[in-house]
Amino acid sequence: MEYNLASLQPALPEIFLLSAACLILVIDLFLTERTRLLTYGLSLAALAGAVALTLYAAGPEREILFHGSFVRDPMSDVLKIGLLLISLFAFVYAKDYLIELDILRGEYYVLGLFGVLGMLVMISANSFLTVYLGLELLALCLYALVAFHRDSGAGAEAAMKYFVLGALASGMLLYGISMVYGATGQLTFPEVAGVIAGGDADQTVLVFGLVFIVVGVSFKFGAVPFHMWVPDVYQGAPTSVTLFLGSAPKIAAFALTMRLLVDGMGSLVEQWQNMLIILAVLSMALGNVVAIAQSNVKRMLAYSTISHVGFIFLGLLAGTDKGYTAAMFYAITYALTAAGGFGVITMLCRKGFDAENLHDLKGLNDRSPWLAFMMLLIMFSMAGVPPTVGFFAKLFVLDAVISVDMVWLALVAVFFSIIGAFYYIRAVKMMYFDKPIDTAPLAASMDTQVMMSINGLAMLGFGLFPAALLGTCRAAFSG
Amino acid sequence: MSFEKFLFYVFAAILVFAAVMVITRKNPVHSALFLVLAFFNSAGLWMLAEAEFLAIALVLVYVGAVMVLFLFVVMMLDINIAELRAGFVRNAPVAILVAIAMVIELVIVVGPQRFGLDEVAAPAAKPAGYSNTEELGLALFTQHLYAFEIAAVILLVGIVAAIGLTMRRRPDTKSQDPSRQVTVKAKDRLRVIKMDAEEKA
Repeated sequence: MEYNLASLQPALPEIFLLSAACLILVIDLFLTERTRLLTYGLSLAALAGAVALTLYAAGPEREILFHGSFVRDPMSDVLKIGLLLISLFAFVYAKDYLIELDILRGEYYVLGLFGVLGMLVMISANSFLTVYLGLELLALCLYALVAFHRDSGAGAEAAMKYFVLGALASGMLLYGISMVYGATGQLTFPEVAGVIAGGDADQTVLVFGLVFIVVGVSFKFGAVPFHMWVPDVYQGAPTSVTLFLGSAPKIAAFALTMRLLVDGMGSLVEQWQNMLIILAVLSMALGNVVAIAQSNVKRMLAYSTISHVGFIFLGLLAGTDKGYTAAMFYAITYALTAAGGFGVITMLCRKGFDAENLHDLKGLNDRSPWLAFMMLLIMFSMAGVPPTVGFFAKLFVLDAVISVDMVWLALVAVFFSIIGAFYYIRAVKMMYFDKPIDTAPLAASMDTQVMMSINGLAMLGFGLFPAALLGTCRAAFSG
Repeated sequence: MSFEKFLFYVFAAILVFAAVMVITRKNPVHSALFLVLAFFNSAGLWMLAEAEFLAIALVLVYVGAVMVLFLFVVMMLDINIAELRAGFVRNAPVAILVAIAMVIELVIVVGPQRFGLDEVAAPAAKPAGYSNTEELGLALFTQHLYAFEIAAVILLVGIVAAIGLTMRRRPDTKSQDPSRQVTVKAKDRLRVIKMDAEEKA
């Protein structure tokens, strides 16, 4: 194929982000401590530029590039914009936290940008090779970010655990991919799907490969029983990294699952449906029940993530466009909610004090009524209380599951969400009805406050008017 | 049995033997050296499969660079082997069980009945003058260009991460500053003091 600006247009967001990240890496070398915030500003500009280019390159058709290893379709457009915007939130929340901890270094944002690039690559992957490389790019950035606070022993321990288990998961995924390649002889998803649909591939090898791929995907998602790393990493990492780790990569993980299981092995839906049912039920059960026992708020949110992953799987396993739409809606809104939840925790931190216990939330209403109200909206959204967006996300997923005649699964999901509502509401109770332990004033910079207000109100806004986002998600699958 | 087949079994047998030795030796240096042996034999296997470039790359990169680095680290660090070994015996039964299960599964799934020569035909022998390296380069820079670029970014991230995580200015480190060393004047270092002669005590 010919490479020029016109033919490379679908990949413009990736190309731009890569160039911007490299440029920022070099510019950062010449900055002093006082001008370090320029790196922050440039990183935000890079993300905003990538959003603009994604919109510019967007369209209803499917475009394949680079000998079939890259695809741009409506689904990738929506996911990329969601991902970039949520990363924007994560970058803004991180700034104050990093300044307070005295670890504001340029590499933080450069690694963050490369991580975002890795996720974009995953979203637009059209072959096993690309999806794997994107995953590794993301994972490598995250390992380094988790260990970013070098004076923190917990951070180093978390990074080590994450690295070892992440490598294991990559190994599993790669092993599964090698099986599928062995059975089909193809690497790009449409061709793999073609060979499988043609019935030429050896079924045993294929299913064996599928099992390993599902295991790898669940490791990356953090679904039970492959969730062991999630609480430790969430707790050990600096809160701003937990925020990044717990939000945007969920969208990428959704894309990963869509590409691998639906694009690549869509005709094996009956096999992976059963596997996902087990993972979803276990995740919802264990996540919600164990979260109740946590006194560390980062750990509690980690278990809450596990339960939400169960819900995303629930939408995926329906195996219909309706289910994929619901899962996509869930992944995007959950990522936004998680960003806000961890964002509030970063705002409670200050020099020499790292808020991470549940009782640090006590009396938040007396200290900052607005912040407490934002946290209320976020917690209600996670619990699924109407009219916040979390309610509609759960509703759409359940609707999709019921329409494929799996009512029992929907009942299980509702049952565990009710159990889960307990610990979200407990956090709200602590904010509004308990006396504050810590009365230090909360000082946050203007940009953080503005973003937090947008984030909190978005919970309400998307909840009151879910049609716009749902319509966008639906359009991604109608083509 | 053809000569090639004979070679295959020789390489394969030594490879398996070396791999077992890697995980059972007490001395990590011995383990590392057996790993080198294992790499050489897998390179031999690749050579038999006409993947000359990969074979050379394996020897150059893994044996030449990675393993040397590995030995270097093993010799530099003072690792208490007994402590590391403590878990080995305790976990061995489970590990052996898992390993056996894996081997059985592997034989069932990727055994000769599925990937044997009658299932997947051997590729035709390449004509004389066929350059493995050239073909690989062509594929890398055309068909797999995108993957190649991403791999490059991954390496860059590796560099950034390694430097970001390890480089720090500590006040107590002793380092040389060449520019200050060459601009130093004799009078900065040496002070001539006039004093009266001392008497013997």
